[in-house]
Amino acid sequence: MRRGLASLGVPLLAALLLSAALSTAAPFGAPAFAVTPQERLADPVLEARARAISQTLRCLVCQNESIDESSADLAHDIRVLLRQRLLAGDTDAQAVQYIVARYGQFVLLRTPVEPATYVLWYGPGALLLAAGLSAVIWLRRRPGADAPASVPPLTDAEQQRLDHLLRDTDP
Amino acid sequence: MRKAFYLLPLLAFLTLITWFGLALRPDHDPEILPSALIDKPAPVFDLATLGGGPNLALSALKGQVVLVNFFASWCAPCRVEHPILMRLAAQDHVALYGIDYKDRPEDAKRILAQLGDPYHAVGLDPDGTTGIDFGVYGVPETYVIDKTGQIRKRFVGPLTEQALQQELLPLLKSLNAS
Repeated sequence: MRRGLASLGVPLLAALLLSAALSTAAPFGAPAFAVTPQERLADPVLEARARAISQTLRCLVCQNESIDESSADLAHDIRVLLRQRLLAGDTDAQAVQYIVARYGQFVLLRTPVEPATYVLWYGPGALLLAAGLSAVIWLRRRPGADAPASVPPLTDAEQQRLDHLLRDTDP
Repeated sequence: MRKAFYLLPLLAFLTLITWFGLALRPDHDPEILPSALIDKPAPVFDLATLGGGPNLALSALKGQVVLVNFFASWCAPCRVEHPILMRLAAQDHVALYGIDYKDRPEDAKRILAQLGDPYHAVGLDPDGTTGIDFGVYGVPETYVIDKTGQIRKRFVGPLTEQALQQELLPLLKSLNAS
């Protein structure tokens, strides 16, 4: 653990154990993972929006968890900030933009489709298409593809020899 | 021409391998993120200071190249980079300001008294909001702000001698000259 905020091994383990205990006991719904009761908004509609957004934002400390799942301090701070933005009347897009302006597009767990990411989104399809097309072209052009037409007919000598062989083997 | 066409897959493969090889080099840390604020105006802040003097405000820093170092008394890697900050402060290349991130002022005061205080002034950011405005995701982080108030570089994690010699000092030289 080199970084100051990165020391979350123990709290994470505790949260895992706790959530395992909760998930067997909770009668309905998914158990809250990292979101603490103090963070929750009183308005259930706003809270639901906040939860939905925070599931799409990356925790910068753990980097492969959303801030909704992470128990890192920074994830907590950003969850609170996000709720403040929603309370202040931001739309979902505005609230997300607020975070992106500070932390960059890397915070988005779902990569947006935009010019900078076209290669990422469409590259594999384009590669497959190109490979498929060149395979078709290659198979069609390859010598031997139209072999039956290009084989010269047997010469008279060859025909005689063939007849001879066939006669020889047949009883 | 046709032969060159058949070399294309090999070329693509070599490009990929080079790319992957670069990502695996020992001094590359994939957890270090580029700042979203490079070449953008630094976030506005106006913070009470540790000594209780006038506030540390961005507007007062304009017109000079400054280094803003986010640190905390509870942060172990900050102690690692502390000697480098002390040396930097002594060499007078740049005005070094500290922002005490999510910390108690008395703790910060104690640690600066113990280790030495490299900062011109230290702003207090007890709830980390200025940190979030800068995109801080762990302390220490160090930002280079140019004369026009734009962020030119961010160092994530403790400053190293190598980063100082190869990146920071040349950058400061060119920024001071411009």
